[in-house]
Amino acid sequence: MARETTTMTKDPILKVEHLSMRFGGLMAINDFSFEAYRGDITALIGPNGAGKTTVFNCITGFYKPTMGMITMKQKAGKEYLLERLPDFEITKHAKVARTFQNIRMFSGLTVLENLLVAQHNKLMQASGYTFLGLLGFPAYRQASREAIDLAKHWLEKASLIDRADDPAGDLSYGAQRRLEIARAMCTGPELLCLDEPAAGLNPRESLALNELLRGIRVDTGTSILLIEHDMSVVMEISDHVVVLEYGQKISDGTPDFVKNDPKVIAAYLGVEDEEVEAVIEQIEEIEGGQGGTN
Amino acid sequence: MANIASTTASAGTDVTARALREAVFAGLISLGLFVLFVGLKSDQNIRNELILNQRWGLLAIFVIVAAVGRFLMVAYVQPALARRKAAKAEAEDVAKEEGFVSRNFSKLAIAFLLVYPPIIVAVFGVQGSLKWVDNFGIQILIYVMLAWGLNIVVGLAGLLDLGYVAFYAVGAYSYALLSTYFGLSFWILLPVAGILAAFWGMILGFPVLRLRGDYLAIVTLAFGEIIRLVLINWTEVTKGTFGVSGIAKATLFGIKFDASKDGFAALMGLPMSSAYYKIFLFYLILALCLLTAYVTIRLRRMPIGRAWEALREDEIACRSLGINTVTTKLTAFATGAMFGGIAGSFFAVRQGFVSPESFVFLESAVILAIVVLGGMGSLTGIAVAAVVMIGGTEILRELSFLKMVFGPDFTPELYRMLIFGLAMVVVMVWKPRGFVGSREPTAFLHERKAVSGSFTKEGHG
Repeated sequence: MARETTTMTKDPILKVEHLSMRFGGLMAINDFSFEAYRGDITALIGPNGAGKTTVFNCITGFYKPTMGMITMKQKAGKEYLLERLPDFEITKHAKVARTFQNIRMFSGLTVLENLLVAQHNKLMQASGYTFLGLLGFPAYRQASREAIDLAKHWLEKASLIDRADDPAGDLSYGAQRRLEIARAMCTGPELLCLDEPAAGLNPRESLALNELLRGIRVDTGTSILLIEHDMSVVMEISDHVVVLEYGQKISDGTPDFVKNDPKVIAAYLGVEDEEVEAVIEQIEEIEGGQGGTN
Repeated sequence: MANIASTTASAGTDVTARALREAVFAGLISLGLFVLFVGLKSDQNIRNELILNQRWGLLAIFVIVAAVGRFLMVAYVQPALARRKAAKAEAEDVAKEEGFVSRNFSKLAIAFLLVYPPIIVAVFGVQGSLKWVDNFGIQILIYVMLAWGLNIVVGLAGLLDLGYVAFYAVGAYSYALLSTYFGLSFWILLPVAGILAAFWGMILGFPVLRLRGDYLAIVTLAFGEIIRLVLINWTEVTKGTFGVSGIAKATLFGIKFDASKDGFAALMGLPMSSAYYKIFLFYLILALCLLTAYVTIRLRRMPIGRAWEALREDEIACRSLGINTVTTKLTAFATGAMFGGIAGSFFAVRQGFVSPESFVFLESAVILAIVVLGGMGSLTGIAVAAVVMIGGTEILRELSFLKMVFGPDFTPELYRMLIFGLAMVVVMVWKPRGFVGSREPTAFLHERKAVSGSFTKEGHG
């Protein structure tokens, strides 16, 4: 309850409650609950195979969770139950955009076209579901000009403006990562989900990525939920960290709190046999302490 | 100077010596290979005894061909290829200025098609023009239209459709049946046939949307066969294998193309000839083709066209961007089917007769081959491929001089498919992404750069 009061001022944008996902006999996610707050950068971390990407796929509709409720609350106050929406409507109506762990580019389209595809729904409406646009109505021309302007804006942010007319498959790995984020932003999301955006980037590219993410948060007020392995990224840019291990939440709090949480340390570094008992004791102590304040 | 000359001279003799050496080796190897295969032939004589025929002359020919071939290859062909490669590498640095013809290719082609019938009439006379306008002009243009229609499904949306001829059949039978039973005019039925085919496209689309790649191809193939079998077996309506004959001809603003007093020829004060009707049909199919091209080009710049291409590149990414892939696939199927249907109703009005035999799987394969050969997604490439494939097979009928080469028993028509297949293999080796492998972007910021074919994907179905 104590934590509730401290975060009262913070308005949750995404609420995941009792999420479970079972693949046959494997319980990939087991009763997992967390909240992401509006305007925050929330990081979801955990060792390999902890179920982070599964959580992402549940949030963005690529998997239907076995149990649980995922609520997206938009700025205007409208709420969506994401587990009930088909995947494309989660982006279209609930305004949750995502990127992929292994980049999914439209490699045969140019960089600019990639960003125009992302504005499909807006342009579709402006073109009167193609019919008016086919007849050359000016509304579509206006809308497509605006779409190109928006694309240009994000290309500048992602420092890809010089490559706008090159095929996306021709970009370097780091540039493709940035393009994927720019593309997701072109859908006009309120929550941006990034699946390991820093994977495979060199330190310089990683820095540029941090800049881009901070810029997104400051300029558009978009909340960000990210999965990351690169601790320098996580600790530097995130406001709130959730740690997942074997499909269960083991820690949740500010980066500093999580960094020093013995459970997290144990999960990441492993512990010597003789230390196990000590660690367990420590954990119990801490949990007891928390229970007291609660 | 002298130095350089001597080095090139020595290089020349080097190559010749190497070529001679390799020629001797090639000759020896072929001798070893063929001495038992070709040099000796076991046979049975009249008393059923096994005898050995010796064919040293034939063996010598084999060996000489191998040796001379190797010599020519090493001494002339390989250096020439290397020179060309070097020249090409050098030329790549220099900005390539495209010629007038390649820059304005499509405009020139349309202009040529517009003046094609008058030229043919002027050269071959009214009666002589029939073959050239009908067999070449109209026939090729029908396939151009079909291939452009299929291009929307296969080339843009990346959905492999092996049953495209079904929509062609739907269009043809729509016109044939509705005009025979209800006496509706061609101009009303042309769009109706398109709409009906589009409707069938959606009916096909719904159940197969979950399928991808090979599975989709098989189901569409089956769908094409189902349509054909229905046409054969629903005899009360379609008259089965006998087909529908006596289909009404098209009219030009109510003017008929017949020998009557108010027919086209009589009104124009021209002698009666069926060639005028063919020329009219030629311009009609040309207009329909241009409509197809116009709509395709416009659609590619619309969100729906971009969504089709994005779908071909990556379906999951499409869904993550809020694109409804179900409706996107359905619209691709329906739009492609619509053009197939319109082409079908034109086919019915041109033939005056439709039967299920015109809509066999081979037709689907030919249309798909044109799309693949032309370069998926490229209208110009596909048009060129249609000219090569359909015009090529038609022209084989005309090549009577081949009889002089291969003897009087040679009938080039019989070798049509063989030559057709060979040509396809050659083109696919030489240009694996089709005649036009690159892709024109639909929007640009600074300059329009063609996207190389190595980046575009073929789609997964």
